[in-house]
Amino acid sequence: MAPPALEARAVARDFGGRPVLRGIDLSVSAGETVVVLGPNGAGKSTLLRILALLLSPRSGTVSVRGVAADSARNEALRQLGYLGHESACYPDLTARENLAFYAELFAVEDAARVDELLAWTGLAEAADRPLRTCSRGMVQRVGLARALLHRPSVVLLDEPFTGLDPAASDALDARLRALRAEGCAVVAAVHDVPRAAALATRVVILHGGRIAWTSPDAVPAAAELAEVYRATTGSRG
Amino acid sequence: MRATLALVRKDLRIEWRTRETATTLAVLGVLLVTVLAFAHDPEPEAAPLLVPAVLWSAMVFTGLLGVERGFLLEREQDCLAGLRGAPIDPTALYAAKLIVNLLLLSATHAVVVPLTGLFLHVELWSVLPSLVLVLLLGTLGFAAVATLFAFVTVRLRTRQVMLPLLVLPLLIPLLIAAVKATEAVLGSGLAGARDALGVLVSFDVIFVTAGVLLFPAMVKD
Repeated sequence: MAPPALEARAVARDFGGRPVLRGIDLSVSAGETVVVLGPNGAGKSTLLRILALLLSPRSGTVSVRGVAADSARNEALRQLGYLGHESACYPDLTARENLAFYAELFAVEDAARVDELLAWTGLAEAADRPLRTCSRGMVQRVGLARALLHRPSVVLLDEPFTGLDPAASDALDARLRALRAEGCAVVAAVHDVPRAAALATRVVILHGGRIAWTSPDAVPAAAELAEVYRATTGSRG
Repeated sequence: MRATLALVRKDLRIEWRTRETATTLAVLGVLLVTVLAFAHDPEPEAAPLLVPAVLWSAMVFTGLLGVERGFLLEREQDCLAGLRGAPIDPTALYAAKLIVNLLLLSATHAVVVPLTGLFLHVELWSVLPSLVLVLLLGTLGFAAVATLFAFVTVRLRTRQVMLPLLVLPLLIPLLIAAVKATEAVLGSGLAGARDALGVLVSFDVIFVTAGVLLFPAMVKD
């Protein structure tokens, strides 16, 4: 049996003695889209940063395609694409220069890949403008292109719809579905319960540093999921 | 090596486009040299004694600013997360920042050194190769230490206080040797600077090695 695309076992993390994650177990298979819901401060971003190997857990392990991340970090990083709250792209470089730079770091040999992603993000015409002159949504799209540049098998997205207009959100939605169809594992933290219900093959609700609820085989409809979310977290989705 | 070159090219491209750091360092260097030279207004025979102090004071102030700015670049838009999420050896990041800092500080020297000679009426042209060697060795040691600590302090709100506090005590042997070597080069030539050059080379070897070994642990979280 193939190992899960991404697996976290008993992951815990604290900041300044305050526990943020308390023993998270999460296994994500290829072709799955797991949406992480939770109120502010629930630990969603911390979990995603740990899964992206940007933050070390105080205890517990992360493995990517069966390989323990702490023993083969670079091998694991080649499989991961992460987009956090910020784009990780340089404002004084153009979209094309940013993507070309990261393509070098990831040793992407396909010369057409940058143009392909610029076309997909709808930035082909603005590709040679410094990002500082681009809108928040455009920068977010370049950040997403950066995360997908090296064709990762696991994509980790922290509130990826933030700053996107409806058309760009729909395009992202379609892209995430396409990634899933290609066998990519996606883990995304989102705030929007209806979008979570539409996008996910599995929903987990993070509360108090623990996975407080995991959806059954079929993700419930938006209204039902919102009800579960309220009941689990005591807050509105 | 490929990652180091990509990182160096990226930093230089940003600097070429914005000219922020180079301009700031050059202006600060000119100001410092002007103030230090005119504040002392030395007699012609005493002027050469002032050159090492002016050069290395300007180097410390401009250097601390320049090195810190190099890492601020990585804070904006959380670019550091992008670099840490790339499958590269963290040493490549240290090496790239060290090279870029060395280039920027060398460019600052290119402005500060002739101006120092001009303001203090000291003929530096005849000792230029030896002076360049001393400046290069001193700047390498300075950049090796400052690059390592700037990465730690850039994430702090009190970084402008913490970087000099951490770095300057470590730099004291380097600065003493650099001043002595410059003094000797201006007086008796390179032969008279042998001991001080030995200290500079040793300092460079120790702190470049320490940077290469310690940086990956600092990048980890």
